Amino acid sequence: MNTIWALAKVVVLEMVRRKDFYVLFILTVLLTATAGSVNLFNDRSIVRYLKEICLLLIWACGLVIAITCTARQIPAERESRTIFPLLAKPVTRGQFLLGKFFGCWLATGLALLLFYIFFGLVSASRDHEWPVLNYLQAAWLHWLMLGIVVAFTLLGSIVFAAPSSNGTICFVSAAGILVLGRHLNKVALSLAEPLQSLLYAFYFALPHLELFDARGLIIHGSELIRWDMIALATLYAAAYAAFFLFAAWLVFRRRPLN
Amino acid sequence: MIWAGAFPSPLCPKPTVETTLSIENLRVEYRSRDLGETTKIAVHDLNLKVGLGEVFGFLGPNGAGKTSTMNVLLGFVPPTSGTARIFGVDVREPIARQRIGYLPEQTYYYKFLTAEELLRFYAGIFQIPSKETEQRIDGVLKLVELDHARKRQIKTYSKGMQQRVGLAQALINNPDLLILDEPTSGLDPIGRMKVREIIQRLKGEGKTVFFSSHELGEVETVCDRVAILHQGELKTEGSVNDLLKEHSSNLEQIFLKLIGYSPQP
Repeated sequence: MNTIWALAKVVVLEMVRRKDFYVLFILTVLLTATAGSVNLFNDRSIVRYLKEICLLLIWACGLVIAITCTARQIPAERESRTIFPLLAKPVTRGQFLLGKFFGCWLATGLALLLFYIFFGLVSASRDHEWPVLNYLQAAWLHWLMLGIVVAFTLLGSIVFAAPSSNGTICFVSAAGILVLGRHLNKVALSLAEPLQSLLYAFYFALPHLELFDARGLIIHGSELIRWDMIALATLYAAAYAAFFLFAAWLVFRRRPLN
Repeated sequence: MIWAGAFPSPLCPKPTVETTLSIENLRVEYRSRDLGETTKIAVHDLNLKVGLGEVFGFLGPNGAGKTSTMNVLLGFVPPTSGTARIFGVDVREPIARQRIGYLPEQTYYYKFLTAEELLRFYAGIFQIPSKETEQRIDGVLKLVELDHARKRQIKTYSKGMQQRVGLAQALINNPDLLILDEPTSGLDPIGRMKVREIIQRLKGEGKTVFFSSHELGEVETVCDRVAILHQGELKTEGSVNDLLKEHSSNLEQIFLKLIGYSPQP
Protein backbone atom coordinates (compact mmCIF):
# COMPACT_ATOMS: atom_id res chain seq x y z
CA MET A 1 0.00 0.00 0.00
CA ASN A 2 2.95 2.31 0.76
CA THR A 3 4.22 1.88 -2.77
CA ILE A 4 0.84 2.75 -4.28
CA TRP A 5 0.53 5.78 -2.01
CA ALA A 6 4.07 6.95 -2.87
CA LEU A 7 3.28 6.69 -6.61
CA ALA A 8 -0.06 8.46 -6.17
CA LYS A 9 1.54 11.36 -4.30
CA VAL A 10 3.95 12.01 -7.19
CA VAL A 11 1.02 12.17 -9.64
CA VAL A 12 -0.77 14.72 -7.42
CA LEU A 13 2.42 16.76 -7.05
CA GLU A 14 2.85 16.77 -10.82
CA MET A 15 -0.67 18.14 -11.31
CA VAL A 16 -0.11 20.82 -8.68
CA ARG A 17 3.08 21.95 -10.46
CA ARG A 18 1.62 21.97 -13.96
CA LYS A 19 -0.11 25.00 -15.40
CA ASP A 20 -3.11 23.41 -17.18
CA PHE A 21 -5.15 22.88 -14.01
CA TYR A 22 -4.79 26.54 -13.02
CA VAL A 23 -5.86 27.70 -16.50
CA LEU A 24 -9.06 25.65 -16.26
CA PHE A 25 -9.73 26.78 -12.71
CA ILE A 26 -9.23 30.47 -13.51
CA LEU A 27 -11.45 30.13 -16.58
CA THR A 28 -14.19 28.50 -14.51
CA VAL A 29 -13.81 31.07 -11.74
CA LEU A 30 -14.17 33.92 -14.25
CA LEU A 31 -17.23 32.40 -15.90
CA THR A 32 -18.83 31.41 -12.58
CA ALA A 33 -18.16 34.81 -11.06
CA THR A 34 -19.62 36.53 -14.13
CA ALA A 35 -22.68 34.29 -14.08
CA GLY A 36 -23.04 34.65 -10.31
CA SER A 37 -23.05 38.42 -10.53
CA VAL A 38 -26.09 38.43 -12.83
CA ASN A 39 -29.52 38.56 -11.18
CA LEU A 40 -31.95 40.02 -13.68
CA PHE A 41 -35.22 41.31 -12.13
CA ASN A 42 -34.56 39.03 -9.14
CA ASP A 43 -35.79 36.12 -11.28
CA ARG A 44 -34.86 32.80 -9.59
CA SER A 45 -35.24 30.78 -12.81
CA ILE A 46 -32.45 32.82 -14.37
CA VAL A 47 -30.23 32.09 -11.38
CA ARG A 48 -31.01 28.39 -11.80
CA TYR A 49 -30.24 28.56 -15.49
CA LEU A 50 -26.89 30.21 -14.74
CA LYS A 51 -26.16 27.59 -12.09
CA GLU A 52 -26.83 24.93 -14.69
CA ILE A 53 -24.35 26.50 -17.09
CA CYS A 54 -21.70 26.78 -14.36
CA LEU A 55 -22.15 23.17 -13.27
CA LEU A 56 -21.93 22.03 -16.89
CA LEU A 57 -18.66 23.91 -17.08
CA ILE A 58 -17.41 22.15 -13.94
CA TRP A 59 -18.41 18.79 -15.43
CA ALA A 60 -16.57 19.56 -18.65
CA CYS A 61 -13.47 20.75 -16.72
CA GLY A 62 -13.61 17.64 -14.52
CA LEU A 63 -13.60 15.42 -17.60
CA VAL A 64 -10.76 17.39 -19.21
CA ILE A 65 -8.63 17.27 -16.05
CA ALA A 66 -9.27 13.56 -15.45
CA ILE A 67 -8.61 12.54 -19.05
CA THR A 68 -5.60 14.74 -19.80
CA CYS A 69 -3.93 13.96 -16.48
CA THR A 70 -4.43 10.19 -16.90
CA ALA A 71 -3.78 9.90 -20.64
CA ARG A 72 -0.25 11.25 -20.37
CA GLN A 73 0.88 9.24 -17.31
CA ILE A 74 2.14 5.99 -18.83
CA PRO A 75 3.25 7.36 -22.25
CA ALA A 76 5.23 10.10 -20.44
CA GLU A 77 6.85 7.53 -18.14
CA ARG A 78 7.90 5.51 -21.17
CA GLU A 79 8.99 8.47 -23.27
CA SER A 80 11.08 10.08 -20.53
CA ARG A 81 12.15 6.58 -19.44
CA THR A 82 11.41 7.34 -15.78
CA ILE A 83 9.67 3.97 -15.70
CA PHE A 84 13.08 2.21 -15.76
CA PRO A 85 14.55 3.38 -12.44
CA LEU A 86 11.07 3.03 -10.96
CA LEU A 87 10.48 -0.59 -12.00
CA ALA A 88 14.08 -1.41 -11.01
CA LYS A 89 12.77 -1.00 -7.46
CA PRO A 90 10.53 -3.62 -5.81
CA VAL A 91 7.44 -2.34 -7.62
CA THR A 92 5.15 -4.67 -9.57
CA ARG A 93 3.42 -3.50 -12.71
CA GLY A 94 0.10 -3.91 -10.90
CA GLN A 95 1.23 -1.54 -8.12
CA PHE A 96 2.46 0.88 -10.76
CA LEU A 97 -0.98 0.94 -12.43
CA LEU A 98 -2.82 1.25 -9.12
CA GLY A 99 -0.52 4.09 -8.04
CA LYS A 100 -1.21 5.93 -11.27
CA PHE A 101 -4.96 5.31 -10.96
CA PHE A 102 -5.24 6.53 -7.37
CA GLY A 103 -2.93 9.48 -8.10
CA CYS A 104 -5.03 10.66 -11.05
CA TRP A 105 -8.31 10.03 -9.24
CA LEU A 106 -7.09 11.88 -6.15
CA ALA A 107 -5.73 14.77 -8.22
CA THR A 108 -9.08 15.00 -10.03
CA GLY A 109 -10.87 14.87 -6.68
CA LEU A 110 -8.82 17.74 -5.30
CA ALA A 111 -9.58 19.81 -8.40
CA LEU A 112 -13.32 19.00 -8.05
CA LEU A 113 -13.26 19.96 -4.38
CA LEU A 114 -11.84 23.35 -5.27
CA PHE A 115 -14.41 23.87 -8.06
CA TYR A 116 -17.37 22.85 -5.88
CA ILE A 117 -16.24 24.96 -2.90
CA PHE A 118 -15.90 28.00 -5.14
CA PHE A 119 -19.24 27.34 -6.87
CA GLY A 120 -20.92 26.72 -3.49
CA LEU A 121 -19.65 30.01 -2.10
CA VAL A 122 -20.86 31.95 -5.15
CA SER A 123 -24.27 30.19 -5.10
CA ALA A 124 -24.69 30.68 -1.37
CA SER A 125 -23.94 34.37 -1.74
CA ARG A 126 -26.92 34.62 -4.14
CA ASP A 127 -29.38 32.14 -2.57
CA HIS A 128 -28.42 32.61 1.10
CA GLU A 129 -28.77 28.82 1.54
CA TRP A 130 -26.14 26.19 2.47
CA PRO A 131 -27.40 22.82 1.20
CA VAL A 132 -24.18 21.06 2.28
CA LEU A 133 -25.55 17.51 1.96
CA ASN A 134 -26.82 18.17 -1.56
CA TYR A 135 -23.38 19.38 -2.54
CA LEU A 136 -21.73 16.43 -0.83
CA GLN A 137 -23.88 13.88 -2.66
CA ALA A 138 -23.53 15.59 -6.05
CA ALA A 139 -19.76 15.99 -5.73
CA TRP A 140 -19.26 12.43 -4.46
CA LEU A 141 -21.22 10.95 -7.39
CA HIS A 142 -19.35 13.21 -9.78
CA TRP A 143 -16.01 12.00 -8.37
CA LEU A 144 -17.12 8.35 -8.62
CA MET A 145 -18.00 8.88 -12.28
CA LEU A 146 -14.54 10.34 -12.88
CA GLY A 147 -13.03 7.26 -11.20
CA ILE A 148 -14.50 5.13 -14.01
CA VAL A 149 -13.26 7.63 -16.61
CA VAL A 150 -9.74 7.61 -15.09
CA ALA A 151 -9.68 3.78 -15.14
CA PHE A 152 -10.70 3.48 -18.80
CA THR A 153 -8.34 6.30 -19.81
CA LEU A 154 -5.51 4.42 -18.09
CA LEU A 155 -6.41 1.32 -20.10
CA GLY A 156 -6.50 3.47 -23.25
CA SER A 157 -3.05 4.89 -22.48
CA ILE A 158 -1.60 1.38 -22.70
CA VAL A 159 -3.51 0.40 -25.83
CA PHE A 160 -3.05 3.63 -27.79
CA ALA A 161 0.47 4.99 -28.18
CA ALA A 162 -0.27 8.71 -28.42
CA PRO A 163 -1.80 10.50 -25.41
CA SER A 164 -3.61 12.91 -27.74
CA SER A 165 -5.47 10.15 -29.61
CA ASN A 166 -6.26 8.35 -26.36
CA GLY A 167 -7.48 11.62 -24.82
CA THR A 168 -9.75 12.34 -27.78
CA ILE A 169 -11.18 8.80 -27.86
CA CYS A 170 -11.81 8.81 -24.11
CA PHE A 171 -13.37 12.27 -24.12
CA VAL A 172 -15.70 11.41 -27.03
CA SER A 173 -16.63 8.07 -25.37
CA ALA A 174 -17.34 9.66 -21.98
CA ALA A 175 -19.33 12.53 -23.49
CA GLY A 176 -21.16 10.06 -25.76
CA ILE A 177 -22.16 7.86 -22.82
CA LEU A 178 -23.26 10.88 -20.78
CA VAL A 179 -25.44 12.24 -23.57
CA LEU A 180 -26.67 9.11 -25.37
CA GLY A 181 -26.14 6.27 -22.90
CA ARG A 182 -29.63 6.40 -21.42
CA HIS A 183 -31.32 6.36 -24.84
CA LEU A 184 -29.59 3.32 -26.34
CA ASN A 185 -32.26 0.86 -25.15
CA LYS A 186 -34.96 2.95 -26.83
CA VAL A 187 -32.95 3.00 -30.04
CA ALA A 188 -32.49 -0.78 -29.78
CA LEU A 189 -36.30 -1.25 -29.72
CA SER A 190 -36.60 0.28 -33.15
CA LEU A 191 -33.99 -2.05 -34.69
CA ALA A 192 -34.36 -5.48 -36.24
CA GLU A 193 -32.57 -8.59 -34.95
CA PRO A 194 -29.66 -9.27 -34.52
CA LEU A 195 -28.83 -5.54 -34.23
CA GLN A 196 -31.41 -5.14 -31.50
CA SER A 197 -29.77 -7.78 -29.29
CA LEU A 198 -26.33 -6.42 -30.03
CA LEU A 199 -27.31 -2.90 -29.07
CA TYR A 200 -29.07 -4.16 -25.94
CA ALA A 201 -25.91 -6.07 -24.96
CA PHE A 202 -23.89 -2.92 -25.54
CA TYR A 203 -26.39 -0.91 -23.48
CA PHE A 204 -26.07 -3.29 -20.53
CA ALA A 205 -22.26 -3.58 -20.80
CA LEU A 206 -21.65 0.17 -20.89
CA PRO A 207 -20.74 1.98 -17.69
CA HIS A 208 -23.72 4.32 -17.36
CA LEU A 209 -21.93 7.50 -16.41
CA GLU A 210 -25.15 9.48 -16.64
CA LEU A 211 -26.40 7.72 -13.49
CA PHE A 212 -23.87 9.75 -11.52
CA ASP A 213 -25.19 13.06 -12.77
CA ALA A 214 -26.86 14.56 -9.70
CA ARG A 215 -26.64 18.20 -10.67
CA GLY A 216 -30.37 18.52 -10.03
CA LEU A 217 -29.61 18.29 -6.30
CA ILE A 218 -27.83 21.62 -6.54
CA ILE A 219 -29.74 23.37 -9.31
CA HIS A 220 -33.30 22.51 -8.25
CA GLY A 221 -32.62 21.70 -4.60
CA SER A 222 -34.16 18.23 -5.15
CA GLU A 223 -34.60 15.80 -2.27
CA LEU A 224 -31.48 14.00 -1.13
CA ILE A 225 -30.74 10.65 -2.75
CA ARG A 226 -31.20 7.70 -0.39
CA TRP A 227 -27.85 6.75 1.17
CA ASP A 228 -28.27 3.07 0.24
CA MET A 229 -28.56 4.22 -3.39
CA ILE A 230 -25.34 6.20 -2.96
CA ALA A 231 -23.66 3.06 -1.58
CA LEU A 232 -24.95 1.08 -4.57
CA ALA A 233 -23.60 3.71 -6.98
CA THR A 234 -20.24 3.51 -5.18
CA LEU A 235 -20.17 -0.26 -5.69
CA TYR A 236 -21.20 0.14 -9.32
CA ALA A 237 -18.34 2.60 -9.96
CA ALA A 238 -15.85 0.43 -8.05
CA ALA A 239 -16.82 -2.62 -10.12
CA TYR A 240 -16.34 -0.84 -13.45
CA ALA A 241 -13.08 0.82 -12.34
CA ALA A 242 -11.78 -2.57 -11.15
CA PHE A 243 -12.76 -4.15 -14.48
CA PHE A 244 -10.89 -1.51 -16.52
CA LEU A 245 -7.85 -1.67 -14.21
CA PHE A 246 -7.76 -5.45 -14.47
CA ALA A 247 -7.89 -5.19 -18.28
CA ALA A 248 -5.10 -2.58 -18.15
CA TRP A 249 -2.97 -4.91 -16.01
CA LEU A 250 -3.55 -7.82 -18.40
CA VAL A 251 -2.29 -5.73 -21.33
CA PHE A 252 0.54 -4.04 -19.44
CA ARG A 253 2.06 -6.97 -17.53
CA ARG A 254 3.81 -8.47 -20.58
CA ARG A 255 4.30 -5.32 -22.60
CA PRO A 256 7.92 -4.32 -23.35
CA LEU A 257 8.85 -1.10 -21.60
CA ASN A 258 10.48 0.59 -24.57
CA MET B 1 33.23 7.74 5.13
CA ILE B 2 30.03 9.72 5.45
CA TRP B 3 27.35 7.12 5.76
CA ALA B 4 29.00 3.73 6.04
CA GLY B 5 27.03 1.56 8.43
CA ALA B 6 24.66 4.41 9.17
CA PHE B 7 21.61 2.67 7.81
CA PRO B 8 21.01 -0.64 9.51
CA SER B 9 17.64 -1.79 8.28
CA PRO B 10 15.58 -4.90 8.88
CA LEU B 11 14.43 -4.57 5.26
CA CYS B 12 17.99 -4.89 3.96
CA PRO B 13 19.61 -7.69 5.93
CA LYS B 14 23.25 -8.35 5.17
CA PRO B 15 23.88 -11.10 2.62
CA THR B 16 24.51 -14.56 3.90
CA VAL B 17 25.56 -16.11 0.59
CA GLU B 18 28.89 -15.70 -1.14
CA THR B 19 27.39 -15.21 -4.59
CA THR B 20 25.58 -11.93 -5.06
CA LEU B 21 24.52 -12.44 -8.63
CA SER B 22 24.33 -15.60 -10.67
CA ILE B 23 23.31 -16.10 -14.27
CA GLU B 24 22.85 -19.62 -15.65
CA ASN B 25 22.38 -20.47 -19.32
CA LEU B 26 20.67 -17.15 -19.91
CA ARG B 27 19.22 -16.68 -23.34
CA VAL B 28 17.39 -13.57 -24.48
CA GLU B 29 15.66 -13.48 -27.85
CA TYR B 30 13.70 -10.70 -29.49
CA ARG B 31 11.14 -11.48 -32.14
CA SER B 32 11.36 -9.14 -35.08
CA ARG B 33 8.11 -7.53 -36.21
CA ASP B 34 9.31 -7.22 -39.79
CA LEU B 35 8.22 -9.84 -42.28
CA GLY B 36 10.97 -12.25 -43.22
CA GLU B 37 13.15 -11.19 -40.30
CA THR B 38 14.40 -13.95 -38.04
CA THR B 39 14.48 -13.92 -34.28
CA LYS B 40 17.40 -11.91 -32.92
CA ILE B 41 19.43 -13.58 -30.21
CA ALA B 42 20.63 -10.83 -27.89
CA VAL B 43 22.19 -13.08 -25.25
CA HIS B 44 23.35 -16.61 -25.98
CA ASP B 45 23.60 -19.08 -23.06
CA LEU B 46 25.38 -16.74 -20.69
CA ASN B 47 26.84 -18.07 -17.44
CA LEU B 48 28.19 -15.61 -14.91
CA LYS B 49 28.76 -15.34 -11.18
CA VAL B 50 29.57 -12.20 -9.24
CA GLY B 51 30.88 -12.63 -5.71
CA LEU B 52 30.11 -10.63 -2.61
CA GLY B 53 31.99 -7.32 -2.40
CA GLU B 54 33.35 -7.48 -5.94
CA VAL B 55 33.50 -4.64 -8.42
CA PHE B 56 32.60 -6.37 -11.66
CA GLY B 57 33.01 -4.76 -15.08
CA PHE B 58 30.59 -5.92 -17.76
CA LEU B 59 32.14 -5.01 -21.09
CA GLY B 60 31.33 -5.31 -24.73
CA PRO B 61 30.85 -3.23 -27.85
CA ASN B 62 27.43 -1.73 -28.67
CA GLY B 63 24.91 -4.49 -29.39
CA ALA B 64 26.90 -7.11 -27.47
CA GLY B 65 23.97 -7.91 -25.16
CA LYS B 66 25.01 -5.99 -22.04
CA THR B 67 21.81 -3.95 -21.81
CA SER B 68 19.67 -7.03 -22.51
CA THR B 69 21.39 -8.85 -19.65
CA MET B 70 20.91 -5.88 -17.35
CA ASN B 71 17.25 -5.66 -18.42
CA VAL B 72 16.78 -9.26 -17.34
CA LEU B 73 18.54 -8.63 -14.02
CA LEU B 74 16.26 -5.65 -13.36
CA GLY B 75 13.10 -7.53 -14.33
CA PHE B 76 12.34 -5.36 -17.37
CA VAL B 77 12.55 -8.30 -19.79
CA PRO B 78 11.78 -11.95 -19.01
CA PRO B 79 14.55 -14.37 -20.06
CA THR B 80 13.72 -16.61 -23.03
CA SER B 81 15.42 -19.45 -21.14
CA GLY B 82 17.85 -19.86 -18.29
CA THR B 83 17.80 -18.17 -14.93
CA ALA B 84 19.20 -15.13 -13.23
CA ARG B 85 19.30 -14.77 -9.46
CA ILE B 86 20.19 -11.92 -7.14
CA PHE B 87 21.04 -13.03 -3.59
CA GLY B 88 19.52 -16.37 -4.51
CA VAL B 89 16.15 -14.90 -5.53
CA ASP B 90 14.89 -15.26 -9.09
CA VAL B 91 14.96 -11.83 -10.74
CA ARG B 92 11.36 -12.29 -11.91
CA GLU B 93 10.29 -11.82 -8.27
CA PRO B 94 9.97 -8.09 -7.43
CA ILE B 95 11.48 -8.77 -3.98
CA ALA B 96 14.80 -9.57 -5.72
CA ARG B 97 15.09 -5.82 -6.31
CA GLN B 98 14.76 -4.91 -2.62
CA ARG B 99 18.52 -4.97 -2.07
CA ILE B 100 19.75 -3.50 -5.33
CA GLY B 101 20.40 0.02 -6.51
CA TYR B 102 20.24 0.86 -10.22
CA LEU B 103 21.75 3.80 -12.03
CA PRO B 104 20.61 4.10 -15.66
CA GLU B 105 22.92 5.36 -18.37
CA GLN B 106 21.05 8.61 -18.71
CA THR B 107 19.10 10.63 -16.19
CA TYR B 108 15.55 9.37 -16.13
CA TYR B 109 13.89 11.06 -13.18
CA TYR B 110 10.83 13.18 -12.45
CA LYS B 111 12.27 16.57 -13.24
CA PHE B 112 9.44 18.48 -11.55
CA LEU B 113 10.58 17.06 -8.20
CA THR B 114 13.43 18.36 -6.06
CA ALA B 115 16.29 15.98 -5.20
CA GLU B 116 14.91 15.69 -1.69
CA GLU B 117 11.39 14.84 -2.92
CA LEU B 118 12.70 12.30 -5.41
CA LEU B 119 14.71 10.52 -2.72
CA ARG B 120 11.75 10.62 -0.33
CA PHE B 121 9.58 9.07 -3.05
CA TYR B 122 12.00 6.20 -3.67
CA ALA B 123 12.48 5.71 0.08
CA GLY B 124 8.69 5.37 0.32
CA ILE B 125 8.80 2.59 -2.25
CA PHE B 126 11.38 0.75 -0.15
CA GLN B 127 9.15 1.33 2.88
CA ILE B 128 11.93 2.95 4.86
CA PRO B 129 10.59 4.54 8.09
CA SER B 130 10.30 8.32 7.80
CA LYS B 131 12.89 9.19 10.48
CA GLU B 132 15.43 6.91 8.84
CA THR B 133 14.50 8.31 5.43
CA GLU B 134 15.57 11.80 6.45
CA GLN B 135 18.92 10.48 7.74
CA ARG B 136 19.51 8.59 4.53
CA ILE B 137 18.60 11.58 2.37
CA ASP B 138 21.11 13.72 4.29
CA GLY B 139 23.75 11.01 3.96
CA VAL B 140 23.44 10.29 0.23
CA LEU B 141 23.10 13.97 -0.71
CA LYS B 142 26.31 14.73 1.17
CA LEU B 143 28.00 11.76 -0.45
CA VAL B 144 27.15 12.93 -3.98
CA GLU B 145 27.77 16.57 -3.02
CA LEU B 146 24.28 17.81 -3.79
CA ASP B 147 23.35 18.98 -0.32
CA HIS B 148 23.35 22.62 -1.41
CA ALA B 149 20.86 21.96 -4.24
CA ARG B 150 18.51 19.59 -2.43
CA LYS B 151 15.50 21.94 -2.62
CA ARG B 152 15.89 22.81 -6.30
CA GLN B 153 13.86 21.05 -8.98
CA ILE B 154 15.91 18.48 -10.92
CA LYS B 155 15.12 20.23 -14.22
CA THR B 156 17.42 23.07 -13.10
CA TYR B 157 20.41 20.72 -12.57
CA SER B 158 23.39 20.35 -14.89
CA LYS B 159 24.01 16.94 -16.50
CA GLY B 160 26.67 16.08 -13.93
CA MET B 161 24.32 16.99 -11.07
CA GLN B 162 21.53 14.91 -12.62
CA GLN B 163 23.87 11.93 -12.86
CA ARG B 164 24.79 12.39 -9.20
CA VAL B 165 21.15 12.58 -8.14
CA GLY B 166 20.80 9.28 -10.02
CA LEU B 167 23.57 7.83 -7.92
CA ALA B 168 21.88 9.17 -4.79
CA GLN B 169 18.60 7.43 -5.68
CA ALA B 170 20.49 4.21 -6.37
CA LEU B 171 21.93 4.38 -2.85
CA ILE B 172 18.82 5.43 -0.91
CA ASN B 173 17.98 1.85 0.17
CA ASN B 174 21.59 1.17 1.24
CA PRO B 175 21.79 -1.58 -1.39
CA ASP B 176 24.13 -4.55 -1.21
CA LEU B 177 24.36 -4.71 -5.00
CA LEU B 178 24.67 -1.73 -7.32
CA ILE B 179 23.93 -2.12 -11.01
CA LEU B 180 25.37 0.82 -12.90
CA ASP B 181 24.79 1.25 -16.63
CA GLU B 182 27.67 3.32 -18.00
CA PRO B 183 27.80 5.52 -14.90
CA THR B 184 30.33 7.98 -16.30
CA SER B 185 28.75 8.35 -19.73
CA GLY B 186 28.62 11.98 -20.81
CA LEU B 187 30.35 13.31 -17.71
CA ASP B 188 33.33 15.68 -17.70
CA PRO B 189 36.67 14.50 -16.21
CA ILE B 190 35.82 15.87 -12.76
CA GLY B 191 32.41 14.20 -12.82
CA ARG B 192 34.03 10.92 -13.83
CA MET B 193 36.57 11.16 -11.08
CA LYS B 194 33.83 11.76 -8.51
CA VAL B 195 31.80 8.77 -9.71
CA ARG B 196 34.95 6.63 -9.64
CA GLU B 197 35.69 7.76 -6.08
CA ILE B 198 32.15 6.87 -5.03
CA ILE B 199 32.44 3.39 -6.58
CA GLN B 200 35.72 2.82 -4.75
CA ARG B 201 34.22 4.06 -1.51
CA LEU B 202 31.29 1.65 -1.94
CA LYS B 203 33.72 -1.15 -2.60
CA GLY B 204 35.47 -0.25 0.65
CA GLU B 205 32.13 -0.64 2.41
CA GLY B 206 31.80 -4.17 1.07
CA LYS B 207 29.14 -3.43 -1.55
CA THR B 208 29.02 -5.40 -4.77
CA VAL B 209 29.13 -3.23 -7.87
CA PHE B 210 28.16 -4.58 -11.29
CA PHE B 211 28.69 -2.04 -14.01
CA SER B 212 28.92 -1.70 -17.75
CA SER B 213 31.28 0.80 -19.30
CA HIS B 214 33.10 1.67 -22.47
CA GLU B 215 35.84 3.45 -20.49
CA LEU B 216 38.32 0.61 -20.34
CA GLY B 217 41.00 2.59 -18.51
CA GLU B 218 38.49 3.29 -15.79
CA VAL B 219 37.43 -0.36 -15.66
CA GLU B 220 41.06 -1.40 -15.30
CA THR B 221 41.42 0.99 -12.36
CA VAL B 222 38.32 0.11 -10.34
CA CYS B 223 37.30 -3.45 -11.25
CA ASP B 224 38.33 -6.68 -9.54
CA ARG B 225 36.96 -8.86 -12.32
CA VAL B 226 35.54 -8.32 -15.79
CA ALA B 227 33.49 -10.19 -18.39
CA ILE B 228 33.70 -9.36 -22.09
CA LEU B 229 30.64 -10.02 -24.19
CA HIS B 230 30.45 -9.95 -27.97
CA GLN B 231 27.42 -10.71 -30.15
CA GLY B 232 25.59 -12.14 -27.14
CA GLU B 233 28.37 -14.58 -26.23
CA LEU B 234 30.76 -14.48 -23.32
CA LYS B 235 34.30 -14.15 -24.70
CA THR B 236 36.17 -14.12 -21.42
CA GLU B 237 35.68 -13.71 -17.72
CA GLY B 238 38.26 -13.34 -15.01
CA SER B 239 40.26 -11.14 -12.71
CA VAL B 240 41.67 -7.98 -14.28
CA ASN B 241 45.18 -8.78 -13.01
CA ASP B 242 45.09 -12.33 -14.40
CA LEU B 243 43.91 -11.11 -17.80
CA LEU B 244 46.61 -8.44 -17.94
CA LYS B 245 49.30 -11.02 -17.04
CA GLU B 246 47.96 -13.65 -19.40
CA HIS B 247 47.85 -11.34 -22.41
CA SER B 248 50.79 -9.09 -21.43
CA SER B 249 48.78 -6.14 -22.62
CA ASN B 250 46.36 -3.50 -21.37
CA LEU B 251 42.62 -4.08 -21.12
CA GLU B 252 41.87 -2.09 -24.27
CA GLN B 253 44.15 -4.29 -26.39
CA ILE B 254 42.69 -7.44 -24.83
CA PHE B 255 39.18 -6.19 -25.50
CA LEU B 256 39.90 -5.38 -29.15
CA LYS B 257 41.58 -8.74 -29.68
CA LEU B 258 38.72 -10.70 -28.14
CA ILE B 259 36.05 -9.01 -30.22
CA GLY B 260 38.12 -9.65 -33.34
CA TYR B 261 38.78 -6.03 -34.21
CA SER B 262 41.68 -5.42 -36.56
CA PRO B 263 42.58 -1.86 -37.50
CA GLN B 264 42.47 -0.94 -41.19
CA PRO B 265 45.96 -0.57 -42.72
